[in-house]
Amino acid sequence: MLLVLSILTIFAGAVVAPLFGRQGRPGWSLFIALPPLVAFILLLTAWFGYAQPDGSLMVSWEWFPAFGVSLDFCLDGLSVTMGLLVTGIGVLVGIYAVGYMKGHPQFGRFSSFFLFFMGSMLGLVLADNLILLFVFWEMTSISSYLLIGFNHEDENARKKALQALLVTGGGAVAMLAGFILIGIVSETYRISELGVLAEVLRSSPLYTGIVILVLLGAFTKSAQVPFHFWLPNAMAAPTPVSAFLHSATMVKAGVFLLARLNPALSGTDLWAWSLTGFGGATLLTAVVLGIFQTDLKKILAYTTLGVLGLLTMMLGVGTELAIKSMVIFLIGHALYKAALFMTAGSVDHETGTRDVRVLRGLRKAMPLTAIAAGLAALSKAGFPPFFGFIGKEYVYTAGVSVEGLAQVALPVAFVGNLIMLALAFKAGVSPFWGKPTAEGLLPKHPHEAPFSLVFGPLLLAVLGLVFGVFPFLVDSSIVGPAVSAIEGHPVELHISLWHGVNLPLILSLCTLAAGITLYSCRRFFWKRHLAVNTFLRPRGAEAVYDFLFNGIVRFSKVQTRILQSGLLHNYVFIIVSLTTGLLAWAFWRFGGIQLDFSTESMSALSTGLVIIMAIAAILAASTNNRITALVALGTVGFGVALLFLYYGAPDLAITQLLVETLTVVLFMFVIFRLPKLRSLSSKATRLRDAILAALFGGMISILVIKAFTIQFHESIGSDLAEMSYPEAHGKNVVNVILVDFRALDTLGEITVLSIAALGIAALIAGSRRKGKGTAK
Amino acid sequence: MEILFAVLIGILFGSGIYCLLRRSIVKLVIGIVLIGHGANLLVFSSGGLLAGRPPIVESGQLAPTAPYGDPLPQAMVLTAIVIGFGLTAFALTLVHKAERAVGEDDINAFNSTDT
Repeated sequence: MLLVLSILTIFAGAVVAPLFGRQGRPGWSLFIALPPLVAFILLLTAWFGYAQPDGSLMVSWEWFPAFGVSLDFCLDGLSVTMGLLVTGIGVLVGIYAVGYMKGHPQFGRFSSFFLFFMGSMLGLVLADNLILLFVFWEMTSISSYLLIGFNHEDENARKKALQALLVTGGGAVAMLAGFILIGIVSETYRISELGVLAEVLRSSPLYTGIVILVLLGAFTKSAQVPFHFWLPNAMAAPTPVSAFLHSATMVKAGVFLLARLNPALSGTDLWAWSLTGFGGATLLTAVVLGIFQTDLKKILAYTTLGVLGLLTMMLGVGTELAIKSMVIFLIGHALYKAALFMTAGSVDHETGTRDVRVLRGLRKAMPLTAIAAGLAALSKAGFPPFFGFIGKEYVYTAGVSVEGLAQVALPVAFVGNLIMLALAFKAGVSPFWGKPTAEGLLPKHPHEAPFSLVFGPLLLAVLGLVFGVFPFLVDSSIVGPAVSAIEGHPVELHISLWHGVNLPLILSLCTLAAGITLYSCRRFFWKRHLAVNTFLRPRGAEAVYDFLFNGIVRFSKVQTRILQSGLLHNYVFIIVSLTTGLLAWAFWRFGGIQLDFSTESMSALSTGLVIIMAIAAILAASTNNRITALVALGTVGFGVALLFLYYGAPDLAITQLLVETLTVVLFMFVIFRLPKLRSLSSKATRLRDAILAALFGGMISILVIKAFTIQFHESIGSDLAEMSYPEAHGKNVVNVILVDFRALDTLGEITVLSIAALGIAALIAGSRRKGKGTAK
Repeated sequence: MEILFAVLIGILFGSGIYCLLRRSIVKLVIGIVLIGHGANLLVFSSGGLLAGRPPIVESGQLAPTAPYGDPLPQAMVLTAIVIGFGLTAFALTLVHKAERAVGEDDINAFNSTDT
């Protein structure tokens, strides 16, 4: 219950948030941090107070029982880790956003989107049903689209938001297909039941398909190569959004999904190699591209990409140590990366630029920001005793202990880590140290950011230090259960900072030394930043995306030009000929037409009537004489009335007679004010249309004959007839149906007629006024 | 008799579609009316055809004496007739007005949104 309550709190917050974001009441905007705070406390209570001995808490409601889809939520080690990160960092980023976007006229809208995203993300990590997870997954994509494109007047922001949406959304469709395949194979959508069914899944012929489809979803969301390009582009978003979505939460959803499904899908070469391979490739691509960046946020975005690659790679390696390292790294990364994004935003906010080439020596002007950034950068760089150091140690320990081809992971992780260290220094240290930039080079005079901008990053950076020094705070309560959830069986975990002098420690020290060396040559790379970017842009994965995107736009333009001619004739022709063709195909394919020439209820009178009506209908359609057309049309209408009368429907006959009279009179009024009828189309066109019309009419006839022989359900007409007098006290059954049994339908009919009458009145009144105007 | 009805309905639909394919706006309305008749007859005949047996309770009885025509399609068709009339009336007025505005009874001339 607490779980659902925590999600609902945030969504409720999203609904009312616009009320608190009005201008002129800055204090009220702090509301944005309230729902996540409540949710955070609820989650903590649920986890430490109510979780089962096996470490999980579940709730479930029926949703679509027929499809096995229900509202299942589950709080286990993995979801509580992610849930606490989402809500906890959410509070801090929320507070930060209040300061960062102070006085923004649309802050209410922003907080609404922001909380909507947070609720979806929390739902995603707590969901225990694949379909439910997919729903929340899509909601994060949509809210992320709204947030990236928040500055919607900026064309670039709109474009990048769309790009992120299309890439992640496209992946999600593949993922949904994968989920449904999982559902087909395992006959359940409950994630917590899948772990037991791992053997069934692995031995199924659909396994390869499932893995590929699910990986497509996870890789697009977590921006793995070759879908990595959207993440740096998403930096068009306001900084609080980048700090929250694109470092700590949303991009982790893909890794989270892989971890979630690890018990069910892992254990095959396909799984291990795809994850290790793509993860490693992402790590290397990201750091190599990152080193050439000069924009603070871009640098951070590329290191985020690198970390996502590293996490995926460790999941692929899949040993117990690797999973442990992955969880520790994930938590550590969320803490320091959110902090670094926020300090980057503060720097941008206070100096007006994010270019690391001109930012220097800000520590005097912004001491608190500098401390936060420095601490976070040290944790990111993996200096002892920060939490980031522990994460890196575990990565190396895991890398050293694996055997076989997976050993590749170790050098990849080493290279990745050392470049990320250099990048950490570039983002967290370089702007604050050295000689201050000359006054004129910065757009604004730098000064310390307000408290709201400092509070979040400082707290997160300090937490990175606290967890590093006192790892027992989190190891058996949070990290251990998370590892158990990914492994699918209970795992003991006791983190300690110091493991003695061993190979991982030496590797760590080497990383530090090499990283700092690399950092000191940063200017070498900055000088080549433009050249590299211009070289890669037309050759990278984004170029493929652009090609496809433009191709689709061009295709839709061409097909619109062909199909949307604006001529009624063409539309009708295409629709009718397609319908005829499909009907013919269905008849040919399924057959089953019985030609049953019963002469029952046939008489000379009705037969003659039908023949006359048929001739009149054809005449009405083909004549060019207005009088003939009118008389023929009237003949058809009155014929219909007589048929009704003959076949026991006097009410219909009366109504039809009345209506037909009115119709003919109306036609007479209109038709003689219009020009004479004439043949506008060529003879060939008319012949073509006549053939199509004849085919369509024939098809309808066959359909009607077929319909006569089918009775899906016994008519309820006889029940109505029996109830008519005893219950509704009416002797005319048709009338009783209209005014009693189906009275609401009749009300609807009256409404339609009134609207038509109003419309006609308006048209006539309008033409009169116009007529008067022209007469003068 | 059903087979004759089926042929008649087919002819009504066919002629209606032929009218819809014409460029004259009056023919358009004629087509709509013809198709409406076809649809009404289709629904009406789906209840089975029974000459001269209206679903009316005779005095002194509680239910109509079987066999009688199915009242349900009849009720539906009654609604359809009235709505069809509303549609025809509106279409006719619109055609009249449109012809005034465009000065042309050729549908292909109706291709701009502002007149």
